[in-house]
Amino acid sequence: MIDVSNLTKHYGPVTAIRDVSFSVAPGEIVGFLGPNGAGKSTTMRILSCFLPATSGTARVAGYDVFKDSMEVRRRIGYLPENVPLYGEMRVAPYLDFVAEVKGVPRAERTRRVAEAMERCLVTEVQHRLIATLSKGYRQRVGLAQAIVNDPHVLILDEPTIGLDPRQITEIRSLIKSLAGDHTVILSTHILPEVSMLCGGVIIINRGSVVAQGTIDRLVDEFFPTSRVLVQVAVPAAAVREGLAAVPGVVAVHEQGVPGDGTWLVESPRGRDLRGEIFQLAAQRKWPLVELRRVGATLEEVFIRIVAGEDTAAPGPGRDGEGAA
Amino acid sequence: MKVWPIFKKEMRLYFTSPVAWVVLAVFLAIMGFFFWSIFDYFGRLSMQAAMQPMMGRDLNVTDGVMRPLFSNFSVILLLITPLLTMRLFSEERRSGTIELLLTYPVRDGAVLVGKYLAALALYGVMLALTLLYPAIVLYFARLEWGPLATGYLGLLLLGGTFLAVGILASSVTENQIIASITAFGILLALWIMGWAAESVGGTWGRVISSVSILEHFDTFSRGILDTKDVVYYLNAIALALFLTLRSLEARRWKG
Repeated sequence: MIDVSNLTKHYGPVTAIRDVSFSVAPGEIVGFLGPNGAGKSTTMRILSCFLPATSGTARVAGYDVFKDSMEVRRRIGYLPENVPLYGEMRVAPYLDFVAEVKGVPRAERTRRVAEAMERCLVTEVQHRLIATLSKGYRQRVGLAQAIVNDPHVLILDEPTIGLDPRQITEIRSLIKSLAGDHTVILSTHILPEVSMLCGGVIIINRGSVVAQGTIDRLVDEFFPTSRVLVQVAVPAAAVREGLAAVPGVVAVHEQGVPGDGTWLVESPRGRDLRGEIFQLAAQRKWPLVELRRVGATLEEVFIRIVAGEDTAAPGPGRDGEGAA
Repeated sequence: MKVWPIFKKEMRLYFTSPVAWVVLAVFLAIMGFFFWSIFDYFGRLSMQAAMQPMMGRDLNVTDGVMRPLFSNFSVILLLITPLLTMRLFSEERRSGTIELLLTYPVRDGAVLVGKYLAALALYGVMLALTLLYPAIVLYFARLEWGPLATGYLGLLLLGGTFLAVGILASSVTENQIIASITAFGILLALWIMGWAAESVGGTWGRVISSVSILEHFDTFSRGILDTKDVVYYLNAIALALFLTLRSLEARRWKG
């Protein structure tokens, strides 16, 4: 549904994105992640036909964003980062205007606008001036304008930024409800949001794609070991050696405050060492306070990738303060 | 071409914000004053003429009232049209709404034409409201329809040119004040250029006077419909709109 290859954009001497390539399958929700200034908005602006790329191609819904811009625009809904809306217009007439410009036939327009307002929960403010709406409502009106023409592809630039927790939950469930019949690409800083909403992830740093795939695959790739957290209520040295001697242990790291007896034990993927560690603790009479498996989160993956990039060290497999 | 929805949106914004109302009110107040003072002066002149038959021969209500009125009108236009156009692109740029507008399936040209026609329509309303003055004159005297019609056509073309220059200025900046002052500056420069024509003289003098924006208006107010002048205004409008389109495009490439 979205195919981007070797996309590059320069703003004068500044390179915003370099050689970005990725693709998104129909019906998928993909999260676009990256630190501030990584090139997320630039990529989205190119996909939405607002900016032309310096080189490379992008195809959305089967059409080239530069050559068949009008065809692409008919098939997308775009929500820019700051949700720019006409403050002096009222919600319903504004959405009617958007529907008309987007080419929704007159006969369907009223119904489509009503539907979009209902889905985005803005029906009760439809007669208010947009300028008087709260941030949460503005965001939802922004989403309503994106979906009013029932587009194939939604491009959402930070759709939950600046909202309160309840509004964030509402917007998320709205986006989730759009999956399936819409292909969604959304950018965000909030990593748990991606885990909640998105099937796939594209991580971009300093203008280049540094990782992409499903969250599980990324975790596998960047955290190739199973990890167990062990806390014993005795001082350090002996415990470290003991744990390291357990068959199957690949590495032992001290966790948290040094000396409080918390260790992270890595073993080859799929090998659960909790039994052995329990036995060891029982033998040596270490009071075992905590013993649990630790799954890697997207946060850790993200930090490992981005931090790895920034220190220009070989990304994966580095001794992980990322796990801290 | 999706000109119509853009046009409707701009008209809605003109009239939901106080801009259009304030501009109309101020404009009509000033025009009303001009009309009253010109008409009153002409009335006193007619009284004197009634006593001196020689003088009365040259008195004519079209030349005596409508021509000065048109000429005052054209000066006020210079001040007021930049206010009608300053918002059109500057505000979209400042608030970021241009990013959405230019990603809807509508060509830049249609956006521009829709906005231009909206400004022109509002100006048309202003123009139509001033028809009250000839109507008042008509109650007391006979008017020549020819010069009245060409006068209004001239005002339409002159105003249309001013608006096109204004929209161009609005497309190059995010700041409405800068947009309106730039437009005012360009128009004033095109206006006073005519004054230099005589002192320069020769070929350059003729070039300057044929570029000057007001020279071409004079014929209309005298009741003459000259193709040369009509073409001048239409060309000026086309040029300004074309440059606006290029400026929108350039902004896209610069990002």
